[in-house]
Amino acid sequence: MSEPSGPSPRSEGAVFEPKIVAFFCNWCTYLAADLAGTSRLRYAPNIRVVRVMCSGRVDPQFVLEAFARGADGVLIGGCHPGDCHYQEGNYKALRRYHLLRRMLEQLGVEPERFRLEWISASEGERLKAVVNDMVEKVRALGPFGGLRDRQPIAEASLP
Amino acid sequence: MFEERGILPCPPDGASRIGVYVCHCGSNIAAVVDVRAVARYAAKLPGVVVARDYKYLCSDPGQDLLAQDIREHNLNRIVVASCSPHLHEHTFRHAIAAAGLNPYLLQMINIREQVSWVHEDRRRATEKACDLVRAAVRRVRRHKPLENLRVPIHPDVLVVGGGIAGIHAALTLAGAGKRVYLVERQPSIGGHMAMFDKTFPTLDCAACILTPKMSAVKAHPNITLWTLSEVTRVEGYVGNYRVEVTRWPRYIREDLCAGCLECIEACVYKDAKFPDEFNLGLGKRKPIYLPFPQAVPQVPVIDPSTCIQFKTGRCKKTCVQACGERRAIDLEASEKVERIQVGSIIVATGFQAFDPARMPDYGYGLYPNVYTSLEIERLVNSSGPTAGELLLRDGRRPSSVGIIHCVGSRDRKQNRWCSRVCCMYSLKLAHLIRERTGAEVFNFYIDMRTPGKGFEEFYQQLLEEGVHFIRGRVAEVTDWALDPSEEGKLVLRVEDTLLGTVRRIPVDMVVLAVGLEPHRDAEEVRRMFNISCSKEGFFLERHPKLAPVSTFTDGVFLAGCCQGPKDIPDTVAQAGAAAAEALALIDTGYVEQEPNTAYVVEEHCSGCRTCISMCPYSAISMAAQDGQWHAQVNPVLCKGCGTCVATCPSGSIRQNLFEDEEIFEETEGVMAYV
Repeated sequence: MSEPSGPSPRSEGAVFEPKIVAFFCNWCTYLAADLAGTSRLRYAPNIRVVRVMCSGRVDPQFVLEAFARGADGVLIGGCHPGDCHYQEGNYKALRRYHLLRRMLEQLGVEPERFRLEWISASEGERLKAVVNDMVEKVRALGPFGGLRDRQPIAEASLP
Repeated sequence: MFEERGILPCPPDGASRIGVYVCHCGSNIAAVVDVRAVARYAAKLPGVVVARDYKYLCSDPGQDLLAQDIREHNLNRIVVASCSPHLHEHTFRHAIAAAGLNPYLLQMINIREQVSWVHEDRRRATEKACDLVRAAVRRVRRHKPLENLRVPIHPDVLVVGGGIAGIHAALTLAGAGKRVYLVERQPSIGGHMAMFDKTFPTLDCAACILTPKMSAVKAHPNITLWTLSEVTRVEGYVGNYRVEVTRWPRYIREDLCAGCLECIEACVYKDAKFPDEFNLGLGKRKPIYLPFPQAVPQVPVIDPSTCIQFKTGRCKKTCVQACGERRAIDLEASEKVERIQVGSIIVATGFQAFDPARMPDYGYGLYPNVYTSLEIERLVNSSGPTAGELLLRDGRRPSSVGIIHCVGSRDRKQNRWCSRVCCMYSLKLAHLIRERTGAEVFNFYIDMRTPGKGFEEFYQQLLEEGVHFIRGRVAEVTDWALDPSEEGKLVLRVEDTLLGTVRRIPVDMVVLAVGLEPHRDAEEVRRMFNISCSKEGFFLERHPKLAPVSTFTDGVFLAGCCQGPKDIPDTVAQAGAAAAEALALIDTGYVEQEPNTAYVVEEHCSGCRTCISMCPYSAISMAAQDGQWHAQVNPVLCKGCGTCVATCPSGSIRQNLFEDEEIFEETEGVMAYV
């Protein structure tokens, strides 16, 4: 076992292992991740979960900070619309997400690197699918490597 | 970067004395994560004084180890890397509080549910655990001591659903002197149990054991019973729920009706003409009717969709004349909304039976003598439409009956779960049918599931009674006779998996042992009470083993089949447990809430009011100080979502336990390689 010290693991092997910071709400998506565990589902070990009480707590600065510190992707997980433990925090998260995604695109950040997903407490399978899918997509994009030398992504090319 | 903003400076080096504890959880964590390496790694992190790995940290000796280290090493911050904080955060907070440290100086990370149980690669799982430990160590330095908030509990309880679960919970609470509102959608309480003839395996008469409890509900001074009523709005939080109950009109006033039933007798319809809901359409009723003889309340109800007065306005109103001076019939009645305040809620909304029309191969709705098990319950019931005689649609007595188990259950195309009660009630029905008619009874089963007190013995008894058991899933029910012995019969085509051959069994009557599934409106109910559903749509308990009647919404409890299929004893036990949970809340008088509330740094607040529209609880208001307006948060109303915190343009609303700095430290911590 090599303890992680010194350089990041992405330089170690041939395959690029992206690191994804995930902000999960306490009541739905964090529980879905717990359920994935108790169901012994297997998914890519590339995500690092930061628990918040509600997806509405996710300040756009958290996302920017994660990218600034070298995250290759950021995932926000909240309750399905209408299911928020705090009634409507997920709607607030959604509004911010759209604005922030646009801003990130203007900075040249590919949209696949930043996702908002609704995953309920019973959706362990979905959590697994979302994480694996995101890891694959970000892996295909390669390391984030900061904002330098990035061109804005044209509106027309956006999904 | 935070120091520049002048808030919450990180304690200087040396001030943080952090203890890091990595749990093996037996082999649950240790088999995948190299816990020793994680502890060795943690020991090198700044501020860490002690780092250990331990077999079971949640055990008594594990907790003692924490306490001992806190005292010996003068620790002031603790990081526990173990299971989900949803499971044991409470345990470890308690443990460090017992050692004299503020419980909120703990950061717990989840290396079991979210690491060892979902990853296989030992190196990468260990790396992830190290990242999380590093993030937690950085975060915990920012933690500050906090005090719990106490919220008073309103002592009244709302019980939703008047089946056996709701009835038992309501009686338990009322018996303990608490005021209970019992809300039932149907015109009578009793639920599915009131429809059953006998109960397995003891063959007690369902009505004999249920109706005394139903009457007790009506008679109890502490219970307010609202039938034909639905909860239409729920607001508030544990201890202080504000609930709106819509009461649909019965058109007969419960306070004036004496239950003489003369109005029914007097109805212009001399004969009962309309399908009777309680008997699943097998019997008939008038537009004014009592749902069933033992209904509680013992008050008739008028169905406006069949009553002439409601349809044409030109009825002689013989019912009103019959009622005479009592004047209990009020044809002008309209719905009424009741507003109540309660401290806790027990959701006991039950189940619906699987609709076998979804499986056309079994011919339900096509062949008249294919029945559901619930219909058979009514047919064998002496207060049912045939007064307890089991007859075919043409009035003949069946000489052979086939009971198909697992209809809609354990089926990849329908519901995948086992409905738990069908094997046993099928045995019960087989016994009753054989006893009443002497018919040959064939049970078609996949597996016999008889786990319960006296269940297996009952199965053995049935085997001795000469009931036939054929192991195999019935492929189809057909009336297509292939030889003269099958003429006029229903033929069940089945692979007998014990004989290894396909058989055709001709019978007179087919009973479909339908499974249990969530109500079709369970989704709306779930949303109203802000609780979750499991994948299949039953309401989700807080923990499958340790909090089986609690939900993720404090003060909302579950009882009965709305949480999953179960038999009557389990339902009653669960209802008792839910009542006990509610009682524990009420008798404590208050609930301690996690102090994760928002607060305003007044000198930074510009009074822009952006936060006010964000708060779903109206917890934020404006206050003036020295002529300067600023926001203020009422901590009792604040539920700690943090939406306002993320919104504040000047960063002057902050959240305890989830301070920006704490989350930034955690984010940087998972990324940075120290």
